[in-house]
Amino acid sequence: MYEQIARNRRASWLLMGLLVAILAALGYVFGHAYFGSPEGGLGLLGVFGVVAIVWSVVGYYSGDRMVLAVSGAHPVTHDDEPRLFNIVEEMTIAAGLPHPPATYVIEEDTPNAFATGRDPQHASIAVTRGLMRTLNREELQGVVAHELSHVRNYDIRFATLVGVLVGVIALVADFLVRFGFFGGFGRRRSGGDASGNVIVVGLALILAVVAPLAAYMVQLAVSRRREYLADASGVELTRNPLALARALNKIAADTRPLRHANRATAHLYIENPRRKDKEYSGAFDTHPPVRRRIAVLLEMAHVGPEALTADTAPAGASGADGTVPSPPRSPDASGAAAPPAGASEAPHFPPVPPPGMAAVVAPDRATPQATRPAPPAPPGRLQTPG
Amino acid sequence: MTTVLIVVLVLVVAVGIFVAVLYNGLVTSRNRVDNSWSQIDVQLKRRYDLIPNLVEAVKDYMSFEQETLTRVTEARTAAMNAAARGPQAQAQAENVLSDTLKSLFAVVENYPDLKANQNVMSLQEELSSTENKIAFARQFYNDSVLSYNNKIQTVPSNIIAGMFNFTARQYFEAPEAERAAPKVDLR
Repeated sequence: MYEQIARNRRASWLLMGLLVAILAALGYVFGHAYFGSPEGGLGLLGVFGVVAIVWSVVGYYSGDRMVLAVSGAHPVTHDDEPRLFNIVEEMTIAAGLPHPPATYVIEEDTPNAFATGRDPQHASIAVTRGLMRTLNREELQGVVAHELSHVRNYDIRFATLVGVLVGVIALVADFLVRFGFFGGFGRRRSGGDASGNVIVVGLALILAVVAPLAAYMVQLAVSRRREYLADASGVELTRNPLALARALNKIAADTRPLRHANRATAHLYIENPRRKDKEYSGAFDTHPPVRRRIAVLLEMAHVGPEALTADTAPAGASGADGTVPSPPRSPDASGAAAPPAGASEAPHFPPVPPPGMAAVVAPDRATPQATRPAPPAPPGRLQTPG
Repeated sequence: MTTVLIVVLVLVVAVGIFVAVLYNGLVTSRNRVDNSWSQIDVQLKRRYDLIPNLVEAVKDYMSFEQETLTRVTEARTAAMNAAARGPQAQAQAENVLSDTLKSLFAVVENYPDLKANQNVMSLQEELSSTENKIAFARQFYNDSVLSYNNKIQTVPSNIIAGMFNFTARQYFEAPEAERAAPKVDLR
């Protein structure tokens, strides 16, 4: 688990470095082609940098209000939704945040959740009604932990930084293409051979077209990498990777798109709300494929895919309104024996396996209250080192 | 001559800043450990406050379970008194209290009247959540201790730690007797 976290952080910083490199290359070539010297390029980069930063600062400070308004979320208090509120508070304690984030509910039936906020002091988390209905307590806890981890890891800030870089790249490339032709390349060059000039101009044009696209792909790669990081950090909070795996399984099973989500806000949700069920990680996906995320989590839990649909409750633990609490669990550092079979109430809605996930989800059970015994609690679940 | 002086001055300032940064990091880490330890107490106190309400609410329905209820109340009093006898004794008493609560929850399952009672159910959710919060507070305490101990022992900061007497902290561990699986008594 700690290794996952470290690996994801490293990868996202490397990708950020890639963006800086693209930017540097663009500036260098641009300066060479237009001003006859790379230093001119740097000056121009500075100007565009300021523009992009101002543009992003506005988004950074009021972005969470905008996103919440667009998503149709309404705030809830402890009295409205005690279970959700308690879960958010529990995760706040586990994460050591100064205070719980503002909690919102989106009145939609599709299960999904998102978190926003530039730092832990100013965070908000929203879940859909469908999520609260579909997941049991520990799965909901896993999802909330994932979302709080986005806040903990300053993912909004990181994404804004990446956005600034991509924005500057796009602006510079645009400028290059627009004014390069009319400004006249090499006008200020004193002497020099014509053929060298043409090569540089050609390079500049190619880069101007390719760079924004490449930058966009890097931005999406960063988004995917931070999703994996949030999964691993969420497990660091709950010490329960199986619960998050099961939650993702259920969320992915519902393929209806979320009404209020659009391309701008899609990357904030736990699973792509615009619903393109894929098996491989496309270069233009904001989220990694669910199967991969589930596989990573199952490996952390040292269990096989059959654990995704196994019963977790002693028979008779009903509660159609979903308010039956799970028996208390005590994850001490010594890894004391878990409560009987990791008990919590049975899933209320058995997940329907979507077409692409037959390999991950076990064949349907005949009845929800299966008579086969629950699998033993995964050994070492509470003390997985990595 | 002045060049040498300037260089030396810059070096001294740089080293000073380096030491200050590391020292502050260590102090922040240690304070976080202390804070997270007291946060555990906050949750424990909250549990003390919730238990009498729960016992009151279920008493009338569970006339045959007086012994379970009495054990819960006694365990609570014992835990409140154990604080004075040191953290080890307190941890043990708290674990005993947790066990009695687990028994109580298990017994409540057998009473359909109780499960239909909204009051009882919401109290049970609160208590259950408090148990989780205690567990997570302990987990966060252990996480802060890990981070602090790492800082004390890894290379750049361990020098500073030695200079200013930062000592390693203990993890919160379950007392030996509690490592066996909890017995859920359904009598």
